[in-house]
Amino acid sequence: MTLRIDIPDETFRSILAKAFGNTAFVAGFVITVLILAMAMVSYVWTPYDVTKLVIADKTQGPSLAHWFGTDHFGRDILSMVMVGARNSIAVALVAVGIGMGVGVPLGAFAAARGGLVDEALMRVNDLVFAFPALLSAIMITAIFGPGAVNAIIAIGIFNIPVFARVARAGALAVWPREFILAARAAGKSSTQISIEHVLPNIATLLLVQGTIQFALGILAEAGLSYLGLGAQPPMPSWGRMLFDAQTRMVVAPWMAIFPGMAIVVTVLGLNLLGDGIADILDPKSRRQR
Amino acid sequence: MTAYLLKRLAIAIATLVLASMVVFAVLEILPGDPARLMLGMNASADQVELLRNQMGLNAPLAWRYLHWAGGLLSLDFGRSYTYSVPVIDLVRERLAVSLPLALIALALSTIIAIPVGLFSASRRGRAGDTVAMGVAQLGVAVPNFWFALMLIYVFAVWLRLVPAGGFPGWGAGAWPALKSLLLPAVALALPQAAILARVTRSALIEVLNEDYIRTARAKGLPYRAVLWRHALRNAMIPVLTILGLQFAFLLAGTIIIENVFYLPGLGRLVFQAITQRDLIVVESVVMLLVAAVIVVNLVVDLSYAVVDPRLRTRQ
Repeated sequence: MTLRIDIPDETFRSILAKAFGNTAFVAGFVITVLILAMAMVSYVWTPYDVTKLVIADKTQGPSLAHWFGTDHFGRDILSMVMVGARNSIAVALVAVGIGMGVGVPLGAFAAARGGLVDEALMRVNDLVFAFPALLSAIMITAIFGPGAVNAIIAIGIFNIPVFARVARAGALAVWPREFILAARAAGKSSTQISIEHVLPNIATLLLVQGTIQFALGILAEAGLSYLGLGAQPPMPSWGRMLFDAQTRMVVAPWMAIFPGMAIVVTVLGLNLLGDGIADILDPKSRRQR
Repeated sequence: MTAYLLKRLAIAIATLVLASMVVFAVLEILPGDPARLMLGMNASADQVELLRNQMGLNAPLAWRYLHWAGGLLSLDFGRSYTYSVPVIDLVRERLAVSLPLALIALALSTIIAIPVGLFSASRRGRAGDTVAMGVAQLGVAVPNFWFALMLIYVFAVWLRLVPAGGFPGWGAGAWPALKSLLLPAVALALPQAAILARVTRSALIEVLNEDYIRTARAKGLPYRAVLWRHALRNAMIPVLTILGLQFAFLLAGTIIIENVFYLPGLGRLVFQAITQRDLIVVESVVMLLVAAVIVVNLVVDLSYAVVDPRLRTRQ
């Protein structure tokens, strides 16, 4: 490995220009903004009331009145998908927040201290990684009771070692650089250096990992609520909608198709966004394309 | 090399011991008394106390941990509260479904992903690469249980080629059993294959930029030989790492997929045991899965040395 020193010749404007030229970024950005907007709009308006059961309209196929059809209680699937977006996004976002909030300081601390502290923290990390995340999330939600809050905690806990690992690896690459040496010579403490110099330099890495974990969080939340361990009815959630759809596949396949598409589009958007950001800000990955 | 092996082995064992303590401790602090659960709400306090004594629940914590851990080592997992049979019998019966399922899925994922990765890396930036990676990008975003539902709709409901769920048992013959594992395995494998194809591609591209690849080409080796013999072998380490991680993912994935297809596997067993608070089953199966993950990762670590001779001689 050679040590490469990046000269920051990129102005905000040049980054922006590059961003608009990057297909993955633009596509990911547009999809993500649309999904977020859909979730926001659902707070003030949905085509139909998702709590109102209209048995006369049950399991109707897609039509002009109900674009995505209706479910077995006559609820409008489009409206439920919109409201479900809120739940998915909230759970995944807060879980990423937990992972970053705890994991990044841990990783940065391990890199700054090195030695035994580093070794111990990384071994704990290995320990957490030995537990299949979904299995443990199922255990946590089943034990402490199903619900959105426990789903957040269950998913968040397994984000911690991921961010700790990324932050540590990034920080280890930054520490040998000259400007760190200069900061040390100026008498700054390792905590100060970590916050003022290391963190800004690993922010990109964390942002990219953040979008990946956000996407994984959406998938995990869908899995948990499919098993009945996520948000509880009558609050619609994408996973729960798929569970309800399963036994009605023959008569109402749209009940399964649309919530699933919502998950796929959201996760795809976030992954494209992450790939795009990585491409734009990391010259190494750009060279490889 | 020997020192490295020993260190890896020691870490794996230490992780396993710590994991067993965590599992034991978590289930220990759980609300709910298994004896009370077994006897029902109408049992008197004396009856519950008697059963607690019989079940050894009143013994000191450390003794109970050692007893449990010792039992695990001798494959004596205790008896299930809800099924009233030894847990080991349950595990053995369920493993006959889950293990083939996970292995078929892993094999499928590898068989699809490595050629796709090779194809994409050797046509980097061209139309074929763009299409393959677009599909992979989509594959990563698809939740396996939704994909499973779509597969059921197309192949079971519509085309009626395979059963929509359930498992006839191996006693019904290998083909009917395999047939009912086919859709679940595909549902588990495809999202994993998408990830693996992406990793294979980027690892290969990294290697293809190396000087020795240019040398191999310059001395007149055909591109195909360079790709398979030189590039793929050198790109194997990240691919193996992901394969190891995916094993854990597949094991956990079986929990949801077995629920979708009503397969009587380990995942469904542990899920039901969790919801029914059959703690002995939960702790045994969780430990088994954790041990499997640790062992697989250890094997992956050791296989680096097989793939890359440089690691064998390094101190």
